[in-house]
Amino acid sequence: MARITAGIACSHVPAIGVAMDQGITDQPYWQPVFKGFEFSRKWNEENKPDVVFLVYNDHCTAFDASVIPTFAIGCAADFTPADEGFGPRPVPVVKGHQKLASHIAQSVILDEFDLTIMNEMEVDHGLTVPLSVMFGDRKPGDDWGTLVIPLAVNVVQYPAPTANRCYNLGKAIRRAIDSYPEDLNVHIYGTGGMSHQLQAERAGLINAEWDQNFMDMLVNEPDKARKIDHVEFLRETGSEGIEMVMWLVMRGALDEKVTEVHRHYHVPASNTAVGHLILENHG
Amino acid sequence: MTQKPYDDIPGTFVFDADRSREGYWLNQFCISLRQEKNRQAFRDDPEAHMSRFAMTEDQKQAVRDRDWNRLLELGGNIYYTSKLAAFDGIVFQDLAAMMSHMSRDDYRKMMVEGGRKIEGNRYKSEWEKE
Ligand SMILES: [Fe+2]
Repeated sequence: MARITAGIACSHVPAIGVAMDQGITDQPYWQPVFKGFEFSRKWNEENKPDVVFLVYNDHCTAFDASVIPTFAIGCAADFTPADEGFGPRPVPVVKGHQKLASHIAQSVILDEFDLTIMNEMEVDHGLTVPLSVMFGDRKPGDDWGTLVIPLAVNVVQYPAPTANRCYNLGKAIRRAIDSYPEDLNVHIYGTGGMSHQLQAERAGLINAEWDQNFMDMLVNEPDKARKIDHVEFLRETGSEGIEMVMWLVMRGALDEKVTEVHRHYHVPASNTAVGHLILENHG
Repeated sequence: MTQKPYDDIPGTFVFDADRSREGYWLNQFCISLRQEKNRQAFRDDPEAHMSRFAMTEDQKQAVRDRDWNRLLELGGNIYYTSKLAAFDGIVFQDLAAMMSHMSRDDYRKMMVEGGRKIEGNRYKSEWEKE
């Protein structure tokens, strides 16, 4: 049977990808960011997933203003890293697990979560940066070392799906994966955040205290975390902090009690607070 | 327009359906610059490239002026307007500095020191007191 053995939360700041692509990760500015990923890469080596279910958002790359799906699951055989205006990132093409992806889509839709199905999709930094964080440097001809099922969530146009909806979707994804007959080690990623505002006069907002409380709550009291409303995210964590609803999808797919094996928090990477958790499932 | 629960957050344009409707062609114009052929067209003849999108005169003027906050006010979204900034060779962090009326160095320093504080930046009323 397929099993979700761990959940990973990770910011997907584009500058983290740029720092890796340019090989400047040991510069003083970046050193503390990447120091916190050293454990993660070792842990990832030792706990290699067969499939990563990766919850992220598209930043107006695959979807422009003409189509805004709230939840879209990638069912393609592969996903090409997109040109976001500076040429595509020099990283491998992302390979999907088509059978599992369509199994999840079917199961979750019958569970009353109406996903959009993507049979072709380019992926941006929201998806490739967390893979780079966990799998380290990979060149375009390489293999990522895992298959990936992308789930794109709208967090660009208000309203994003609620934290509670995301959490419940995570539970439905768990049921879908639990019912898949092939023996597979699955990790689920919730990406984006933490506090950041990229726009207008309040740009640069960071709320470290809120971020740390959120991580505590997400790990130990997910029932509280899923009740956080949009206005709190917007006010307390900046307009782009709303991305953290995606961490709730990940959390919903794990057991009620999990073990936090790693936490990393650093300000800043560019305009953003970097947050990262590795949670192991017992079940 | 009716009051929205996030209207009292200072220095922030929440990109909701009203803004999305107003900014649709502005955003589609900006995102066109993701592709080199469109960047070339905009470089060659800015007015001609803009005229392919049904933007209002105000929006076009804000593009000409590179008035970054005005673009947001007129329905632009930062993930779109940042493509226009990238076209000009402006990196995201410097764009953030411009939008918050800070020098590049002051903004960088603020971020390295932990970012803009939440205290005093939750409500518009806190900004009005100053
Ligand atoms: Fe993002």
